[in-house]
Amino acid sequence: MQKKMQKKMKPKSQFRTLIGLTFKQGYARLGGAIVLGILFIAIFGPLFAPYTFDEFVDAPNAPRSDTLMLGADYFGRDVYSRFLSGGRSIIGLSFISTVLGVGLGLLIGLFAASAKKRTDGLIMRVNDILLAFPQIVFVLLVVSGFGTSVFLIAITVGFTHAPRTARIIRAAAAEVMERDFIKAAIAVGEKRQRIIISELLPNVTSPLLVEFGLRMTYSIGLVAAVSFLGLGLQPPAADWGLMINENRGSLTVQPWGVLAPIAAIALFTIGVNFITDSFAKVAIGIDRKGKE
Amino acid sequence: MSVVKLSNVDIAITRGGIKIVEKISFEIASGQILGLVGESGSGKTTVSMSLLGHTRKGAVIESGSITIDGHEIVDASDNELRSLRGGTIAYVPQDPGTALNPGLRISKQILESLEKHQPDVDHEVHMARVREILTEVALPSDEDFLKRYPHQLSGGQQQRVAIAIAFACRPKVIVCDEPTTGLDVTTQSKVLATIRALCREHGVAALYVSHDLAVVSELADNVAVMYAGRIVESGNRDEIFFNSIHPYTRRLIRALPDIAGKNQILGISGYAPMPWDRPTGCAFAPRCADAQSICSQSVPEITRISGTHNVNCHRHKDSTKIVATARVERDVVSSSTQALLGIDGLNGFYGSRQVLFDTNIHIQPGECVALVGESGSGKTTLSRCIGGLHDDYEGQISYFGNALGKHALERKKEERRDIQYIFQSPYASINPRRPIGATISRQLELFYGMKGSAAEARIKELLDLVSLPHAIVTSFPDQLSGGERQRVAIARALAAEPKLLVCDEITSALDVSVQASVIETLKNLQESTSVALLFVTHNLALTRSIANRVAVMRKGTIVEYGGLDEVFNSPKAEYTNRLLQHTPTLK
Amino acid sequence: MLFVFGRILAGIPIIIALTVLVFMATQALPGDAAVSYLANTATPERLAAIREQLNLDDPLWVQYFSWASDALRLDFGMTLTGETSVSAILGERIQNTLILMASSGIIAIPLSIVIGTYAAVRRGKIFDNVSSLVTLVLAALPEFVVAIFVVFLLATNVFQIFPAISFVEPGTLAWADPMSLVLPSLTLILAVTPYVSRIMRGSMIEVMESEYIQMARLKGLSERTVIMRHALPNAIAPTIQVIALQLAWLAGGVVVVEAVFAYPGIGTVMIDSVKARDLPIVQAITLMIAALYVILNILADIGTILSTPRLRTKYARKNDTSDVFAAMDGDQ
Repeated sequence: MQKKMQKKMKPKSQFRTLIGLTFKQGYARLGGAIVLGILFIAIFGPLFAPYTFDEFVDAPNAPRSDTLMLGADYFGRDVYSRFLSGGRSIIGLSFISTVLGVGLGLLIGLFAASAKKRTDGLIMRVNDILLAFPQIVFVLLVVSGFGTSVFLIAITVGFTHAPRTARIIRAAAAEVMERDFIKAAIAVGEKRQRIIISELLPNVTSPLLVEFGLRMTYSIGLVAAVSFLGLGLQPPAADWGLMINENRGSLTVQPWGVLAPIAAIALFTIGVNFITDSFAKVAIGIDRKGKE
Repeated sequence: MSVVKLSNVDIAITRGGIKIVEKISFEIASGQILGLVGESGSGKTTVSMSLLGHTRKGAVIESGSITIDGHEIVDASDNELRSLRGGTIAYVPQDPGTALNPGLRISKQILESLEKHQPDVDHEVHMARVREILTEVALPSDEDFLKRYPHQLSGGQQQRVAIAIAFACRPKVIVCDEPTTGLDVTTQSKVLATIRALCREHGVAALYVSHDLAVVSELADNVAVMYAGRIVESGNRDEIFFNSIHPYTRRLIRALPDIAGKNQILGISGYAPMPWDRPTGCAFAPRCADAQSICSQSVPEITRISGTHNVNCHRHKDSTKIVATARVERDVVSSSTQALLGIDGLNGFYGSRQVLFDTNIHIQPGECVALVGESGSGKTTLSRCIGGLHDDYEGQISYFGNALGKHALERKKEERRDIQYIFQSPYASINPRRPIGATISRQLELFYGMKGSAAEARIKELLDLVSLPHAIVTSFPDQLSGGERQRVAIARALAAEPKLLVCDEITSALDVSVQASVIETLKNLQESTSVALLFVTHNLALTRSIANRVAVMRKGTIVEYGGLDEVFNSPKAEYTNRLLQHTPTLK
Repeated sequence: MLFVFGRILAGIPIIIALTVLVFMATQALPGDAAVSYLANTATPERLAAIREQLNLDDPLWVQYFSWASDALRLDFGMTLTGETSVSAILGERIQNTLILMASSGIIAIPLSIVIGTYAAVRRGKIFDNVSSLVTLVLAALPEFVVAIFVVFLLATNVFQIFPAISFVEPGTLAWADPMSLVLPSLTLILAVTPYVSRIMRGSMIEVMESEYIQMARLKGLSERTVIMRHALPNAIAPTIQVIALQLAWLAGGVVVVEAVFAYPGIGTVMIDSVKARDLPIVQAITLMIAALYVILNILADIGTILSTPRLRTKYARKNDTSDVFAAMDGDQ
């Protein structure tokens, strides 16, 4: 049925069909709505905040009231205002580190896959060694050597993504390199650069996007975890990770200081994962069809 | 009395109710072999699996009746099916490489059928039977062999193990789904002989599914031809092969490469529709030269011609006989002119392993040299050396007397332009993420700096040359059939205006009818553009339809090299003789 | 069985490479570890003492060799406080961390295999749909988020069943108080199970769709035999690598999870030392965690070869040890 419909449609690039099919799925739509919602809070939230993020408004751990929607935090600041202000840093930093890491990984992966066997082997061996460090451990190692700095953290998180992305992209690209249309391009004398950009890259967009989605959820987790451990943004900054850390001690008396930011982080990562998973399913289906 | 009886079987996709096959009826008696012939998408595999009560995921037997040795299969419970499968009716798969469990020893894989269907028998008796059946399929039965895993066997041995599994419990019926597809002709003929002997000896009724009419003609007692989900013609062997009535059957026979070389092969334009694309009326009508308005309006009824011969065609009384076109004599182009391509003393390697030994071939301008060999003979390696895709060799390849660089990138641009390579699988050789027009125009830009409207006009010319519609330029490869894709690959090669086309098994992924029309296109091209061809194939019969000269390759060595008639009529090499004998043919 | 030694030998250069990386990521980069450690409390004497201890006045390669040669003998020197040796601090903590990892792994891995297999067998049915959704959600959550949910649910706000803080008497191991293990283990199980079960499900589905499974069914074998004899063994082999990777990943997750529960393992020490910038401890822990990854990978590699006849017979014949890095092949 689907095939018949596709035949009749005006030919579209496979890629646009992919995105279209992805958002026809319920989970992808739900995920998209959640992600947009959280992004809205993160970007425009500060505009709606009744107080500034570092203003003392009530007694520490004051419960919810008419003026304080989510009560006060352990220091007496408005949880709601801090919540609205605390998304920018974590989502912004995560995005930067994801772009950095996936970008670097893509470069390494494409370069290795299209290089001579020996160069490829060498790059991937070094790459494999980098994989031995769990991401959070490597970030902590660097922080211990250089101290906390949000941009250092974003860069380091990105750096830890790179070998993982490189592995995935190289595997996908190496498979494409074996296909005959690459050999056809080599036989007519296409330059390596052109082969990478116009033959290889368009054929690894699916794993690349899946990887971007996955890495985004991991970035959020890592950036938030570093703040949560007290090694990221420093007080009095408003940041979801830091908020969880600060208000954890008063979880029993005033849970909102923890629940609001943690729910936002959880929803965002779940939303991204829903989209990624739906996309991956559609991409696998289409790629399979292509190989028949 | 028929052991297998199908009547009016319909199998449909559960969702949407699209019929995969319709009104399938046939019978098979003990000891008889029915050949079920069809091209891709005809539904032949669906039918064959239904005998075992198996349907693909998402498909269901909607109506009709299937009885195997008196047991009704449709609506049988899972338990009833399980007791029949492997015991009463057994299955020989297409590709034993994937159908044998890689994690179990072969003795266990044979043994478990016996254990399941004869649970009261001692282990020793079972083991004796395992050894016996291995001997029957001409395999060793010593302890060492029994302990092997599938990957430790050759393709032919794996297929014999699969046959042994099928025959282990002395079934009444076996279903073979193209069981010789991946095998070389010599191995194929031995495996076919084994199947034939086992069926005759033990009175087993067999359904043999194949796309290859020649194989079926050598094996089957009766034949049913399927097209687009229906049996269009059925009858005994002679009725189908020598007195066929349905235009499809006739054209299919005419598309078959003929090793005797009496006839030029003839393709059928278009391609077989998938279940969701089938036209109303007779599904073959759009490709049929005899079609009239009635053909596209209603589905023809089954007409009985004789006791065994049935046909589904509105025009069974008056369809035109296809006139046999006599083969055009093709002379060997004289070697006095300077060779376009010269291969001299070429030794090819994969690392430390030598795969080509002192190979010499010369191709004259405008001629077609066929390079024939079984899988692993080194023919593809040789063609890749010529195409500049394999540079691990010694010796020389020269182009009009000038030595060529080993790797494509070491060659001059003109040399890369003049020698174009076409790959075996059109599914892999075209970038799936780029529209067809861009694929062809890149070639024009690369070699001639041609862009814009000039390129567009040229692309249209090229599409005409390979008989593709102009509208195809905006399509992506996944919207095309295999035959269309291969034509695109040919058009891309032609865009370079080459002097030599290296065609590496370019029809082996295509249906027989499509293969024949691609060959026709190539022949026409050769006449109109005088491009030289190196036509690489495993199918000796096919070379009759296109080649001027034939080189036969075996284990990296050219064992025979000469003019077409010379090679077929008075082969020098014993190996060529063997190939000629074992290649299945209509007799 | 020569390939086993080959694989183990292959680990050695990798461990050496790891020491280089750990060293480079901390000491070799610009900035003075002594200054940053002492921060405001720096006096010339103390600075000199720390510099002496870390050999900061020597050329880089001398610093590296003196550190690495000790580290490879598991001697990580004194902490920067100068009171105890790194090994003395870590001894008990390592055991506690291993106890935590083991107790999570022993439950999580069989659980994942069961969930993944069952979901694949019942593909498209309720169990599959529910478990797919739950694992998709859990896989998205950072481990500290899971940890805090678990605390909120089972320790503080909703139910008060388990302690929110894992208090272990100094000098005893975590065994002594099993209650203290429950929540950290539960968190790690919830973090690991989704990944392994999803991979297991995928692997199992691929196998179930293969032709040899269809062939087994067409032999008339019972569905139970088809799954247990034909499908499962072929589906588990490719999952072994993932399991090893997840175990190694547990070591990373453990750092954060220990911090949430103040569990007395190497994770809490690591966090404290990062805050105090006590380099020798951080280096030691990082190196051990990375080495654990390498070891698990080698074990997984050997496991995969032994459980795959095609690989087993290949290595039985050739004893291929040419590629010293081959041990790292095929993880993930």
